[in-house]
Amino acid sequence: MTANARPYVEARAQKGLWAASRFLVLRRTSQLLFLALFLSGPLLGVWIAKGTLASSMTLGTLPLTDPFVLLQSLAARHWPEGLSVIGASIVLAAYLLFGGRTYCSWVCPLNPAADLAAWLRRRLNITFTAKIRPELRLYFVGAVLAASVLSGSIAWELINPVTALHRALVFGLWFGAGGTAAIFVFDLLVARHGWCGHLCPVGAFYGQIGKVALLRVTADNRAACNDCMDCFAVCPEPHVISPALRGERSGATPVITAGDCTVCGACIDVCSKQVFHLGLRGRNAVRPAPSMTAPSPVARVVSSQPTVLERDLS
Amino acid sequence: MSDSSSGIPRDPRRRKALQDMTRFGGGAAVAATMLTAFGVSSRAKPAQALRPPGALPEKDFLAACVRCGLCVRDCPYDTLKLADWADGPALGTPFFQARNVPCEMCDTIPCVKACPTGALQHALTDIAKAKMGVAVITSRETCLNLQGLRCDVCYRVCPAIDKAITLEVSHNARTTKHAIFEPVVHAEYCTGCGKCEKSCVLTESAIKVLPIEVAALKQDDHYKRGWEEKSKAGGALVDAPLKLPVRRPEGGSP
Repeated sequence: MTANARPYVEARAQKGLWAASRFLVLRRTSQLLFLALFLSGPLLGVWIAKGTLASSMTLGTLPLTDPFVLLQSLAARHWPEGLSVIGASIVLAAYLLFGGRTYCSWVCPLNPAADLAAWLRRRLNITFTAKIRPELRLYFVGAVLAASVLSGSIAWELINPVTALHRALVFGLWFGAGGTAAIFVFDLLVARHGWCGHLCPVGAFYGQIGKVALLRVTADNRAACNDCMDCFAVCPEPHVISPALRGERSGATPVITAGDCTVCGACIDVCSKQVFHLGLRGRNAVRPAPSMTAPSPVARVVSSQPTVLERDLS
Repeated sequence: MSDSSSGIPRDPRRRKALQDMTRFGGGAAVAATMLTAFGVSSRAKPAQALRPPGALPEKDFLAACVRCGLCVRDCPYDTLKLADWADGPALGTPFFQARNVPCEMCDTIPCVKACPTGALQHALTDIAKAKMGVAVITSRETCLNLQGLRCDVCYRVCPAIDKAITLEVSHNARTTKHAIFEPVVHAEYCTGCGKCEKSCVLTESAIKVLPIEVAALKQDDHYKRGWEEKSKAGGALVDAPLKLPVRRPEGGSP
């Protein structure tokens, strides 16, 4: 696979700047919004969300707790009280609806650093990458849970660079940002998408939810694919694309069902042929061969219903 | 191993999968061991770092605290801090140092109420029953009161004055005509708020709040206090002294 150093050029030329960067802008907005919810209190005195991503209280009524942290707490033999159990259930339900690793690409404060490393990699044409198998992170999840049982403590939170960064940003504990700096260097020089795509146990945990989550990216217009490989160049988890995009002959579903997919929408942005759209698990219909009239991309995002509508109109 | 002899063809994919499992499993075991060691060592908390009121014992606390900082946010006096890498307590856990900012012992205990996991026990509703630590006169040589002077500051600022700290009067042998007003901490009433440590006038506080585990407070069960047992039983637990036979030489007189 030859990674294109500037994969977005074609999409921008054909779809316009907005359509070729829509999901990126939305994602950055979402990440900033989640941060702003926590920062408005300490900076402006307007308290919206208190706490950190491990556990928080929004507007004094909505408790949210990271289910992976709670799972480690259970492994460490602490029976948590009601509020954190309710909070973890809400988070679990939300990600079952909105796609598991959407946490990674829409909420996690570390994501911009990892994205920057990946972008620099393409620009600087750094092709060297250590081969780490994506499954390794599942073993890592097991290791974290085992360590929680053995040490009787919430083991991953002792070093978790994600919550450490969040505490750095929200509570001003700046040493906590060190892990993020290390990950940036690792991702840039050692392994492509090395941390988020191969090691992070938090992402691996949410990936398990992603295996059954409702919201997915679908290659429903795969008939239009011209094999430019741009989506593979920008995707943080390129192995999830092939089964859906190249599933034509085997009749496989165009929906990207793999839990590893972070629903970041980079493939949707970068594709000049508008092969990818947001969709739902189980909606396996594919679009017919490309028609002359290209429907507005906005309408496609809003729901996957237009698939039928467009076919009727054309 | 015995595949070839039993006639089942070797599947190279199975070999690869087994190799991967061994390799990844080994890596995971190393990671788990390192994390476990780190988790166990994180229990070692500096003595001067105190946990918020109602905190579980340190070992259970590390299993329960999710490092969310909600207690820190709801502390109205900015007493509580989250631990950074170099602070000593486990990363991200809440603590305070009495000499910097002591606990003001809010009646409503907002920090405990904010805790979502029960790492700060919600059963604590009376702040006077908190046990964040216990104050100890750590430097009898420098405490002004123990030199025969009248400082009394730790005694005066104590929220449980005359209960947690009392002044015990004794004879001043140095001057032979004055008294020594010794501040004495009564652990039963001390909450470990640290007001005394904060306000000690010396450069280095002569009274410090130490973790309960350090300033051991529980009498061993096998030591019974005779006078307490006697009052509990409502009378002497042993019979009156035995009447011993008088042993004197024959015919002798007392």
